[in-house]
Amino acid sequence: MTGVGPAAPTATAAGAAVPDAPPAELSIETRGLSKRFGRQLAVDGIDLAVPRGSVFGFLGPNGSGKTTTIRILLGLAAASGGSVRVLGREMPRQLRTVLPRVGALVEGPAFYPFLSGAANLQRFDAADPDAPARTRQARVRTALERVGLAHAADKKVRAYSLGMKQRLGIANALLAPRELLVLDEPTNGLDPQGTREVRHLVRSLAADGATVFVSSHLLAEVEQICTHAAIMSAGRLVAQGALAELRQAGQPGVRLVTPDPGAAAAVLARFGLTHDGGAPGSGTPGGAPGNASDGAVLRARLPAGPDTPAPETLVAALVAEGVRVRGFTVEQGSLEDRFVELTGEGFDVAQ
Amino acid sequence: MLLALAAVPVLIAVAVRLSSAVPPGRGPAFLDQISQNGLFVGITAMLVAVPLFLPLTIGVVAGDTVAGEASLGTLRYLLAGPAGRGRLLLVKYAGAVLFAVAAPFTIALVGAGIGAVLFPVGPVTLLSGDSIGPAEAVGRLLLIAAYLAVSLVGLAAVGLFMSTLTDVPVGAMAATVVLAVVTQVADALPQLDWLHPWLFSHRWLDFADLLRQPVVWDSFAANALLQAGYVAVFGALAYARLATKDILS
Repeated sequence: MTGVGPAAPTATAAGAAVPDAPPAELSIETRGLSKRFGRQLAVDGIDLAVPRGSVFGFLGPNGSGKTTTIRILLGLAAASGGSVRVLGREMPRQLRTVLPRVGALVEGPAFYPFLSGAANLQRFDAADPDAPARTRQARVRTALERVGLAHAADKKVRAYSLGMKQRLGIANALLAPRELLVLDEPTNGLDPQGTREVRHLVRSLAADGATVFVSSHLLAEVEQICTHAAIMSAGRLVAQGALAELRQAGQPGVRLVTPDPGAAAAVLARFGLTHDGGAPGSGTPGGAPGNASDGAVLRARLPAGPDTPAPETLVAALVAEGVRVRGFTVEQGSLEDRFVELTGEGFDVAQ
Repeated sequence: MLLALAAVPVLIAVAVRLSSAVPPGRGPAFLDQISQNGLFVGITAMLVAVPLFLPLTIGVVAGDTVAGEASLGTLRYLLAGPAGRGRLLLVKYAGAVLFAVAAPFTIALVGAGIGAVLFPVGPVTLLSGDSIGPAEAVGRLLLIAAYLAVSLVGLAAVGLFMSTLTDVPVGAMAATVVLAVVTQVADALPQLDWLHPWLFSHRWLDFADLLRQPVVWDSFAANALLQAGYVAVFGALAYARLATKDILS
C-alpha cells in the first residue's frame, strides 16, 4: 500500500524556476524525509504525497513522528535528510512565499494569557509582514465568528477553557485565505458539539478548495472527514492512499456466535476461511467480548479472490452440519483494524 | 518594572527627608548633598542602581525576549506566521533597547522630580568647579541617563543571545544577570587588568566627564564603541543560534 496515490509531478514542478510556479498536483510532497534527534531517528525516510484539495488524515500512535513531520513541513525544524515541497515550492528555502498561504495549528494552541483572544490573533497576524494591517480587525472578527468565539473575543485568554483555546487556535489558522491548512489534533479538548463544528469547518474549507492536512489519533474522526490518509508508525510511513483503498486493504471477516465452536471451525476451514481463533478480543481492538452469553465467538477472515464464499452459503453449511448458529455477522475491514494491524496493539508507545 | 526602578529615587529621597542630617562621606556618593539640592536625588539613585538593579531589570527583559515566547509556545506560531527569524530577533532586540533607554531616564526624572518636591533646588557645582543653574543641571542629569542607556545596550544584546539558547526564560535572565555581576567582580580585580577594557561593565560608572564644563565626550565615545562591539558580536551570535535552531517548544 505504501506510496499509493497520484504520481508525483516532479517533471513539471522541478523545471518551474519562475516565481509563479504552476499549481502543483500535490500540496505536500516529501522525499525520503528524515529527522534525527541525537541517536534517535524520529522520522525515518518518509515519502508523503498529499493531493491538492484532499482532506488528508495523518495518523499514528503517540510518539510516531507526526508532530515532528509537521514542524519540518512548516520550517520550524530542519530536516536531517530528504526534501520537502509545500504548495509546489521547496521548503524551507521558499518559506517566506509558502507560509502566508498556510494556516497552522501545531501541537496545541499557544497564546499570551494576559491578552484577549482578539488581541492575540492580531499579534500573530502582525507577525506576517505581508498581512495587510488595514483589514486586520475585520479578518480577526471573521475568523472568531467562524469558530464561534465572537462573544469571547475581548476576554483574556487566561479565562478561556481548553476547548475555547483550541477554537482560538483554529481561528488563528483561518486569519487569511489559505490554500493549505495543517491542523495538528484539531478536536483535542473539544466537546462533542465543538468536534462536530470542527468537522463541519474542515468540510467547508475543503469545499472552498483548500487542502486540509489533519493529524490525529482519533480514527473515527478521520474516517468521517478525510478523503485520504497516511499511517505513521515509529517514524516510518506504513501506509498511504485514498481512504477507501486503505479500508479495503483489510480483508472482511465473519463473526460467529455458537455453542459448538469445534464443529463450526471445521466447517469454516472447509471453505478456506482462516480461523483467527476464539481468543477474546482477537481482531477487535477496543475490547469486544470474546465470549457471548450464548456461546463462543469465532472470528475468521474471508479468503481473498473470486472464490470467496457468500455469507449465506456459509450459514447454510454451518446449519447443515448441526452447528447452532446464534449470531452471524460479516465485518467490513475498518480503518481501525488496518491501523492496529500496521502499528501494533497495546499501550507500548513507540520509542 | 519601570515602577520598581522609579521606587529607587523615591526611597532615597524619603529616607533622606525623614532622617536627620546625613554625615558627609557615608553612604553612596552625593547622598549628603541631597538635602541642600533635590536634583542630587536623581544622580544618587542612578549611582545606586548601576551595579545591580539596572542590570537586573535589563537581564529580565532581554532574557525573556525569545525564551519567553518559546516557553509560551507562541514562538512557533510567530515563526509559522511567518515572522522571519531575523526580523523577530530585530523586533525583540528593539524592545529590549527601548527598555534599556527608558530605565535610566525613569530613575533620573523621577529622582529629579521627587527631589524638587521634597528639597530645595539650586545651582549645582560641577566637578570642574563651575556652577550651573538648575535647568542645565537637569540637562546633565539626562545626559548621564543617556550614558547609562548606551551602557545597557550591550548587556541587552548579551541577554538576547542567552534567550536564544534556552526555552526557559528564567534561565536566560539569571545567566545574564550573573554575567553582569561577574564582569563587575572581574573589573574590580587588579590581577585581571588586561581584561578590564574588554568588559562591558568596565565603563558603566565613567560618566564623571559629563559633569565637567565644558562636557568631555571621550568616555562617552569610548563606551559607545565598546557597547557597539558587544551588540555586533552577541547580535550575530543570537542570529546564528536562532536561524539554525529547531523550534520544538
